[in-house]
This record gives sequence, structure tokens and C-alpha cells, in this order.
Amino acid sequence: MSQDIQLLIGGEAGQGLVTIGQLLGKALVRAGHQIFTSQGYHSRIRGGHNVFAIRAGSGPFFASRDSIDILVALNSETVALHRDQLTSRAVIVADTAISSDLPGTISVPFAEFGPERFWNTAALALLGQILGLSSTQLQQAVETMFGKKHPEMMAENLKIMEKSRKWAIDQVPKHGCTLSAGAVTGDRLLLNGNEAIALGALAAGLKFCAFYPMTPSTSIAMELITHAETMGCVTEQAEDEIAAINMAIGAAFAGAPSMVTTSGGGFALMAEGVSLAGMTETPVLIVVAQRPGPATGMPTRTEQADLEFILHAGHGEFPRAIFAPGNIETCFNLTAKALALAERSQSPIFLLTDQFLADSTRPLAPSELKAGTPVKAGAEPGDTETTPYQRYRLTENGISPRLLPGLSQHLVVAGSDEHDQDGHLSEDHQTRIAMVEKRLRKFALLKEETVRPVLDGEHDCSLLLVCWGSSQGPVQEAAAMLRAQGSSVATLHFSQVWPLLPVQFLNILQAADQVVSVEGNATGQFARLIQRASGFVIAEQINRYDGLPFTARYILAKLEKIAGWEKLPVINPNTDTSTGVKS
Amino acid sequence: MTSSQVTIEEYGKYETAWCPGCGNFGILNSLKQALVACGLAPHQVLLVSGIGQAAKTPHYLKANVFNGLHGRSLPVAIGAKLANPELTVIAESGDGCMYGEGGNHFLAALRRNLDITILTHDNQVYGLTKGQASPTSDQGFATKAQPHGVVATPFNPVAVAVTMGASLVARGYSGMPGHLTKLIAQAIQHRGTALVDILQPCVVFNKVNTYRWYKERCYELNADYDPRDRDQALRTALEFGGRIPLGVIYKTHKPLFEEQFAVLKKGPLARQEVPQDGLQQLLRHYT
Repeated sequence: MSQDIQLLIGGEAGQGLVTIGQLLGKALVRAGHQIFTSQGYHSRIRGGHNVFAIRAGSGPFFASRDSIDILVALNSETVALHRDQLTSRAVIVADTAISSDLPGTISVPFAEFGPERFWNTAALALLGQILGLSSTQLQQAVETMFGKKHPEMMAENLKIMEKSRKWAIDQVPKHGCTLSAGAVTGDRLLLNGNEAIALGALAAGLKFCAFYPMTPSTSIAMELITHAETMGCVTEQAEDEIAAINMAIGAAFAGAPSMVTTSGGGFALMAEGVSLAGMTETPVLIVVAQRPGPATGMPTRTEQADLEFILHAGHGEFPRAIFAPGNIETCFNLTAKALALAERSQSPIFLLTDQFLADSTRPLAPSELKAGTPVKAGAEPGDTETTPYQRYRLTENGISPRLLPGLSQHLVVAGSDEHDQDGHLSEDHQTRIAMVEKRLRKFALLKEETVRPVLDGEHDCSLLLVCWGSSQGPVQEAAAMLRAQGSSVATLHFSQVWPLLPVQFLNILQAADQVVSVEGNATGQFARLIQRASGFVIAEQINRYDGLPFTARYILAKLEKIAGWEKLPVINPNTDTSTGVKS
Repeated sequence: MTSSQVTIEEYGKYETAWCPGCGNFGILNSLKQALVACGLAPHQVLLVSGIGQAAKTPHYLKANVFNGLHGRSLPVAIGAKLANPELTVIAESGDGCMYGEGGNHFLAALRRNLDITILTHDNQVYGLTKGQASPTSDQGFATKAQPHGVVATPFNPVAVAVTMGASLVARGYSGMPGHLTKLIAQAIQHRGTALVDILQPCVVFNKVNTYRWYKERCYELNADYDPRDRDQALRTALEFGGRIPLGVIYKTHKPLFEEQFAVLKKGPLARQEVPQDGLQQLLRHYT
């Protein structure tokens, strides 16, 4: 039988809810369950209302559910804020000091187990008991955090966990939230989107990253720095984003596959640098983790509203490609591909993610991660036919052999002014035409390398849901729920949003009776881009711009407002625990 | 290649876009002489510049060149040095580029202390955009953009660099080429970030700070001047008016920024393989 339990831990920043969530997630994965975790938080170090959500069961899961089966309330506010999301089988775990009038409340006397700093592990043991995890599985997870470095802390934790577990055995009433034994075997990795980007880049041969901290991109750079020495990568926290991209360009020019990581506001400062990379034909990977704008917007929330900005950023005309991974494994795989493509095309290449994907985790088999051969920067002098060397030699495909300065007797001259083949500035109009056309010819390579959108479902469906980037999981889940009810529904997901090649998708759009786009912005930026590229008008749109990620339930509720899809039977949760939504 | 083999001819001769009589000619010549004196062959040198008449200098000699954006020569220079520490990296631009548009990078570069050289052509005016005030223009300096004269206090790059503890701070003058050559050579050979602020007349747009104006004021520091004395260095740096001292004004020893990266001890990043089992090692953190 399929199992699907949604757990949510709510509390203030600083209460340790992420620790509980991460340890529980690790234990669930080791016990062979499928999970999906996501986080929501306020922009502050202490206080606010933060949540850590874990969906666990037979899965696989690619999104969280709106409805909650197990609510862990670290403060009273959590009970008040989430009471309307509880399913009929829900249990609420809260300290005795937190009042809850809800049925299913388990009042836990945490103070009886030990001092407050151990309540996290006490809660972990209790949740493990509810979910049906063994104490060994939980202990192993805790050991990975404290074990070797702090043996006394570990011993103390184990004592408290045992007290909590025993209390749970005696006191927790019968409930419907216990998982049967996990069925997945073999080693699995638990990565979030940002970790996957960092690892994908390192595996593909990244040698330099400059950044200025900005949520939700910061953890990519932090992850890189953790592994930089092992992988031979140089990282630098720049004085601002302008410096960051110019440093990356300098490093790439001198032979280091390079990347910058930022979010929308920081990227705005990089725009001139993007143009410089385009003009000097310097490979650079630009990772933008989106959050709601304009301006500072909602710093810790999610949105997909920087697509048009990134497509157009940088003055003048030059080719670019934009990847938008839809899940954790493509965060890794497409980052690797993007870094290699930057080198091959000698162009700025983009990877767009967002807070939802950045902070989500899902277990993966190591074999799902594919980095390919590490990028080798530049060409060898033997590869070029000209003496003196011409950095911008006119070639059929627009790509000139790229020698690296200082690594041979050849001199490498690169310029941000329009230049002749030797790199020195030129104001000659015929040279200008030749160089503009040379740069634009490189677009052919980017087109050849474009990742096909993925059709999930029947080609000639009644309803086609079109999405890009991080919306993939929730959209596919919504479609699966509709199909389970007998509707003919398919999804078309784009993990590359530029170039857009109609030959890859136009017939799919045309074959569907009805096409609806689903994207995390207010104006339907991707639907507009589809129209620009193919002429196909997507008339119906589901948009979300409240700062929260899509869920299947949200998509279905919006779909009900579209002609032909009123009164969806699928949204009756108590008949189907996989949706779990209270009617 | 040893020093005796490098000749000034190897650095080539180019036509320039500069006005006759421009101070840039003297600076270009001193730079070439200094590179020869340091025994550096063109392929060992990377010149990084921003935008402006000064920033065109790298196009007028043979070397590796990255001529980037206005104000951004330093971040590109730093990135390149971190990718290939064996390159002799020189960032060269004008006062508007280095101290105005690129002011934040200037401060950050001095703080970092990579082994790079900063050459600023300081003519106290914007030439390429036809005569607006620059960050180093004197108060009262009237232009079409500042018709009532500059009100803002001029930026003193030498004093700022001394207060920030930059590891070598010098001031030169394009009209004293022999002296300037020695300063540039010293800056290139110095281990650490070395700033040479180079005074130069703009014969077209600066009718105040002329060859004559500089000639009346500039003097070489005495042989017994001790650049390691920071208090004295600051007083010397602030001396900019009736008399203008030239030479190495401040010098100190600081750790090199790039030494924190173990990987750079092995040479250029482009020559280093990605560790074969590296990813497998990393993935163990996530099981």
C-alpha cells in the first residue's frame, strides 16, 4: 500500500527545528523510506515563524503536501498557523506548556526528559517512535552530528532519547502515522538543490568561484568552500557582485573554469559583467537563485520572476543559454553541463534556481549524478594556426581557439571594445560586422546542446500543464492526481528555458486539447517566451506569487477556476490519503 | 629567459590614440623600460585595464592584455592572479577608473594584498569624456560639468593607501621618466600589492595642473627617507600643494593573499587535474 505522511515542524529561528528535521530526514532515508524535505523561514537570525517539512513514505516525492499529518509545534503560534491544514488523522506534538485544543494533540512533558538544550533530540526520538523508526536508526543519525567530536554530548543525548522513546511507547495513543518498513535499499545521498549545484560544479572541474553573500544563493558558495581544498578550487568573497563577476571573468581568462553565485538583486549589479563576458568571449557560469522581487522583496521566499531579466541582462547582442533544473539531480547534472557549455561556447551561461529548490532535499542514488569529463580550460598552442596568435580569429562556427595567457610564448589580447581578430580595439565598420556575426554564430552550438523539454503523459492529452524550473515536482504530482481520477492530463517541463526550439515542443503544445502554464510569477513570463519563440499562445495560466512554492493542491485549486475543470473530484482528501487535504 | 635577453624592442611600437604632448607617452615608455629592467618577457606579463585614455596603454605594447570595463580592472586582475599566480599582473588605468568608478575595488585590493601592481595615470581630469572633474581634481577646479568649480574634497590615493597599510605606496610623475621607471620596476618586484600613483598633465582638458605646474612642485624624496615609518609616510602623502614629494612613500611587509590557497602553490589552475576520486570523497558527506 502506498504511504504518504506529511510532517511539519514549526517554531522560531534558533529553536533548532532544522536540526530535528535534518536528523529525522537522514534516519528516514537510512531506513529505506522515500522523503522530500523543504524549508520556509523568515529573514532573521532569531524569532519569526520557520518551518521544516518532511514528506515520507513510499514516494518518490518531488514536493511537499499542503496538508499535515504530524505537526510538531515548538511554539503556540505553530498550532494557530497550521490548524487548518491538519488531516483527519493528524497528530500534534507539543510541549505541555503549549496549549492546543485540537484533537490528536500529544502533550509531551519535555522538561521531565532533561534540560531544554536536549529537547531537540527528545523530540527526534519521539517522532521516530511515531513514524516507526528503530532507536538504532535514530542513534546513528545523531552520531553523525555529535558522535566523534563530542562523545559526552552524544552519551547525554542517547540517555534523553531513550527516556523520550519510552514515554512515547507508553503515552502516545493509537494513530495512523506509522510507516511500514522502508523498501529502498542501497546507499543514497541526501542533498539539497544548492549542495547539488556546488557538487555538480566541482565534479565538472570548477576551479574558481567569487560571490557576495545573498539569500538564497549563499549556501552554494558555502558548500563549495567546504570542499574547495579537496577539489583544488579557489573561492573568494568579493567586495560586491560587480567585483565577483569581474573576478570570475579574470580567472576564466587566465584558465580557471569559473562561476559566480547570486540572487536577483546581486545579479542586477553583474549585468555589465555579463556583457563583458559576451564581448570578450570569456566562459563563465552564472548561477542565480531567485527570490521574490522587486528590490529586496521577500528575501527568504521563493519565486520564478527573474527569467525575463536574465534573458535580457547585459547590453548589446551576444548568445547565451539558460538552464532551469527542476529537481535535485538536475541541479547537479545541469550545473556540470552548463560549466562545460560555457567553456565550449566561450560565453556566459546561466543556471536559474530558487529558494524552494535551494532548500529542498530528496534522496538520490549516486548513479543519478552525472558530471561527465571535467572541463579543460582553453586550447593548446598547437590547436591554433595563426602567428602571431589571434584570440578572435574568424571561424566558421564562431569559436576561436582560446589560448591562455602566460602558458605559452603566445600573447593573448582580449578587449571589451570592439576588436579585430588580434584583440586590439578597432573602430572599423567592416570589422564590426564580422565580429558581431562571429559572436552570434556561436548560438548554433548552444542550440545543438539544448536540453529537450520532458513530456510526462500522453502526447494528445486533454490537458497539458506547461512548467519550467522548480515547479516540475508539484506540477507532475497534480497531473498524476488528475490521471488517477481518470482525466487525460500530461505535463511538459522545460529544464532549459533558452534557447527555445519550437521543433522540440510545438507539436506537443498543438496536440493537446487545452494548454495551461504553471509558473511562479504574476505575469506568465515563460508563457510569453514560448509565444515569442514559437507563436503558440498559452491562454490559460496558473501563477503563484505569494512567496511560497507550488504544491499539487494549490495547482488543482487554481485549475478549478479554469473552464472545464470546475469541481474536481480529486480534491476530496478524506477519500484519498495521498492528497490528505481536509474537505 | 634571463634578464639580459629581454630588450625593449620585444615590447614593440604601436600607433596611439593619444593627443600630442600627452603624459601617457612618458608613462608607457617608463613601463616598457621597467619591464625590461625586471627581466620580464612579454608573455610573462598580463596587463589589465579599465576604460579611458590611460586604459588604452596595454594596447600599445606587446604583452598579454585584458582591457575590461570602466572601473573594473582590479577585480579582473585579482581573478587572473588567483588563476595563475605565475603571471606578473599589472592593473593600469586612470584616476577616474581606479579611484572613482572602481573605488570600492581599490580599497578591497589594498586590503587583500595580492602580488600585483597598480599603476594609476592621475591627471586630475576626465580626458576621454572631454574635461569633467575627476576624484582627484583640486577644489575650485572649474569645468563645463562643474562650472562653479569642484566643491568635493579631492581623493588622495596615496594617503588612503598608507592609512590602509598597503604594502607599497609610491608617487611618480610622467615628466620625470628615469625616476618613474625605477618606481615602476620597484613596484613590480615588490611582493604584495604595490600602488604607483603617476601624476601627468592632460594637455587638452587640464589647464591648471600643467607640465609647468608639476615641475614647480615635484621633488624626489631624500635618499635617507625611511618608507617604513608610517606616521612620516602619512605626513608625506598628505603633502600635495606647494610641494609634491615623489618616490616610495610607504613600504611594509604583509602576508600575500594568495598564500592562503594551498592549491596555488602547485602553479596555474589550468595545469591541475580534478582529483579523480574527489567527488566520491565528497559524496560520503551526504550519505
